[in-house]
Amino acid sequence: MVLAALLPLLLFVFPLWKITLEAPQYPTPLGMYIYINDFADANPHDIKNINLMNHYVGMKYIPDAIPEFKIFPIGIIITTVIGLIIALKANHKWFLYWFIMMVMVSTAGLIDFYIWEHDYGHDLDPKAIMKFTNPDGSVMGFQPPFFGSKDILNFTAHSYPQLGAYCLGGGIALGLVAYFFGKKEKTLKA
Amino acid sequence: MRKFKNPMLVLFGLALVFTSCGDQKKGNSGALTSNAAEKVYVAPGEHDEFYAFVSGGFSGQMSVYGLPSGRLFKVIPVFSQDAEKAWGYNEETKPMLNTSFGFVPWDDSHHPDISQTNGELDGRYVFINGNNTPRIAKIDLTVFETTEIIEIPNSAGNHSSSFVTENTEYVVAGTRFSVPVPQRDMPINEYKGNFKGALTFISVDPEDGGMDIKFQLMMPGFDYDLSHPGRGKSHGWFFFTTYNSEEASTLLEVNASQNDKDFIAAVNWKKIEEYVNNGGGTKMPSNYAHNVYNEETHTATSTMKKEVLVVNPTDVPGAVFFLPTPKSPHGCDVDPSGEYIVGNGKLSADLTVHSFTKMLDAIEGKKYDGDAYGIPILKFEDVLAGTVSQPGLGPLHTEFDGQGNAYTTFFISSEVVKWKLGTWEVVDRQPCFYSVGHLMIPGGNSRKPFGKYVLAMNKITKDRYLPTGPEVTQSAQLYDISGEKMELLLDFPTVGEPHYAAGIAADIVKARSKKIFDLKENKHEYGITSDADVRVERNGKEVHIYMSMIRSHFNPDNIEGIKVGDKVYFHVTNMEQDYDVPHGVSIIGANTSELLIMPGQTETFVWEPKQPGVWPFYCTDFCSALHQEMQGYVRVSPANSNIDLSWSLGD
Repeated sequence: MVLAALLPLLLFVFPLWKITLEAPQYPTPLGMYIYINDFADANPHDIKNINLMNHYVGMKYIPDAIPEFKIFPIGIIITTVIGLIIALKANHKWFLYWFIMMVMVSTAGLIDFYIWEHDYGHDLDPKAIMKFTNPDGSVMGFQPPFFGSKDILNFTAHSYPQLGAYCLGGGIALGLVAYFFGKKEKTLKA
Repeated sequence: MRKFKNPMLVLFGLALVFTSCGDQKKGNSGALTSNAAEKVYVAPGEHDEFYAFVSGGFSGQMSVYGLPSGRLFKVIPVFSQDAEKAWGYNEETKPMLNTSFGFVPWDDSHHPDISQTNGELDGRYVFINGNNTPRIAKIDLTVFETTEIIEIPNSAGNHSSSFVTENTEYVVAGTRFSVPVPQRDMPINEYKGNFKGALTFISVDPEDGGMDIKFQLMMPGFDYDLSHPGRGKSHGWFFFTTYNSEEASTLLEVNASQNDKDFIAAVNWKKIEEYVNNGGGTKMPSNYAHNVYNEETHTATSTMKKEVLVVNPTDVPGAVFFLPTPKSPHGCDVDPSGEYIVGNGKLSADLTVHSFTKMLDAIEGKKYDGDAYGIPILKFEDVLAGTVSQPGLGPLHTEFDGQGNAYTTFFISSEVVKWKLGTWEVVDRQPCFYSVGHLMIPGGNSRKPFGKYVLAMNKITKDRYLPTGPEVTQSAQLYDISGEKMELLLDFPTVGEPHYAAGIAADIVKARSKKIFDLKENKHEYGITSDADVRVERNGKEVHIYMSMIRSHFNPDNIEGIKVGDKVYFHVTNMEQDYDVPHGVSIIGANTSELLIMPGQTETFVWEPKQPGVWPFYCTDFCSALHQEMQGYVRVSPANSNIDLSWSLGD
């Protein structure tokens, strides 16, 4: 359980997610890492170049900072502290509560990510240089995929979790494992 | 002389045979074997194995080709103005072409040579000489641009240049034409004994590559034709071929061809370096330009230097010797081991090869055959390693494959001949179309040649390509030399005169090639790093526009308040930080070239509007989907108007 509580801290070291844009003119694809507290270039100047591409279709610039960069780290620190307290002081039932809490927190994070992505892809400048419509006549959005790969005009966009996300997921899973071990131990003792 | 004539005739005959033989083959399936095409085919998107830096001769530039494909990648402007790249047109690079004669917009670029470390190519720089107004340029291979040019005083026809020593301690520049030193008004026919031949040793800073003339060796008034450094065991020496040891000043084709032997001058530069470091030599008043391009300011500066250190060879005993070499030798080539010095006696039917070891022995034994102006002449027989007997007509240049073979070009018989070092036997010969000058094996001037290809550079092509009027291209021909016999693979046209070339394995160079200039590092005096700094300033009649460009607009793109009679400086910064997104700019009626500005770079052009109106400017390099929209206007008002400067972008 201690390990479960500590693993998510690696989010401060490793990226959570990565969005990659491939196109013929980009033999080295453009890429952006999403950290718990930052957006980072996969290669130097990638975010600047993604912004330059996206301004043609009226997408907003990727901001230097978003409120989540403050909220998420605090959230992770709090849940880690709670996890550690539970690990050292509480019984295994609390491990399950911690697991459920973490799943909920992470889900909230993912929903937030999806909303941001949707907004980023759909809240377009009405003066956009190029306007595209879907076959049904609606305005085409440029939301990158939430998970997986998707063709957007001349780009193929990939969106996949990175090591940080696996650490978070691993920590959460370990919480559940710890719960079952705790339960088994108790049953054996009884 | 009688002995000489007959073989000449025989060889002329041979040459005819070869020429007609070549024609005959061409009539059928060409001189190429069936798999030659495969050997030079580099599939779309694939990279060539070698870079070839081919001088442009009278174009004054240097072209970058890939081998084996023969594809042209870039023409690097060096000594000649280039409107395409604004070289010598924009304010930043004009100082690069400054000389003691003022702005010189052209030269004759001849011998590229790549920097070395421990006798092997290191791919940092290419040096190249300007013949006409003697200069040495340095091209930085991280940017493939000329970043330094130093003028050579007391020199004329800077031809035995620009070859580097084993650790790039020096790049060496020798004078072809001897001249009065210092220059003065005197009768031409008093040449003999009065003119001097300066051999210039330019030190190269191991850290930043900065060039500085360390010393000039004032030699007798011969013509110093070509040169090469010793390597390996002969490191520390430099060898120069001479002709016109007759010291004729007129009708040289006859008068400089009278002596049976001219010389190869062997210079122990380490000894002279030591002499100079201990305070030797004389400081001579001089005036020569040293031009340096700074990558952070994106701007060149030109400094006039006022002094040069001159060394009289007789003041340093044991430093300079003459090796008699038959008949006006041209190429002076040293094999990878440093033992053999090949003198390509262009009027001789034989190739003369000197031995470095024998030369040292002869010097040790003081076996001199007299002297010339106090410089000891060694005995021909004492230094001779061997002779390649009658390999062809008009030998010019030799390169080496590192496998014990040498390859020599023959101008008159128009062929490349392969022969063995040590046994001096001819192994193979292949015709060139036509009249080959230099040849190049990548790394052929180092301890470690890449002995896979040889590139022969031809002066004449006549019927080889589709005709283009009286002026037709010169050419380069690629031969596979990996086997016992040479095989002609490819024949491609070149820029200007492909005088000589230097080649290197692409892997050594390509990883270091820069993609962009970092905008944050931009220290241009008029550069800007963000749109917040965009502005227009007036200083009397001078107007400075601090402009930015990024896909797909200029900022500002509307400027008012300019007046007739103003001198308008467009300082334009490319704000892009993506690979291969240059922008260009020019304005109607500009009396200069466009600017072609790389990401992160600032360049400047001057515009002097001559009449009121509203004048457009636009991006000249197809940069993006909205390239056609990348445009702007400058309003020009009469000289006496009182419209204030204003500028804007968007509403």
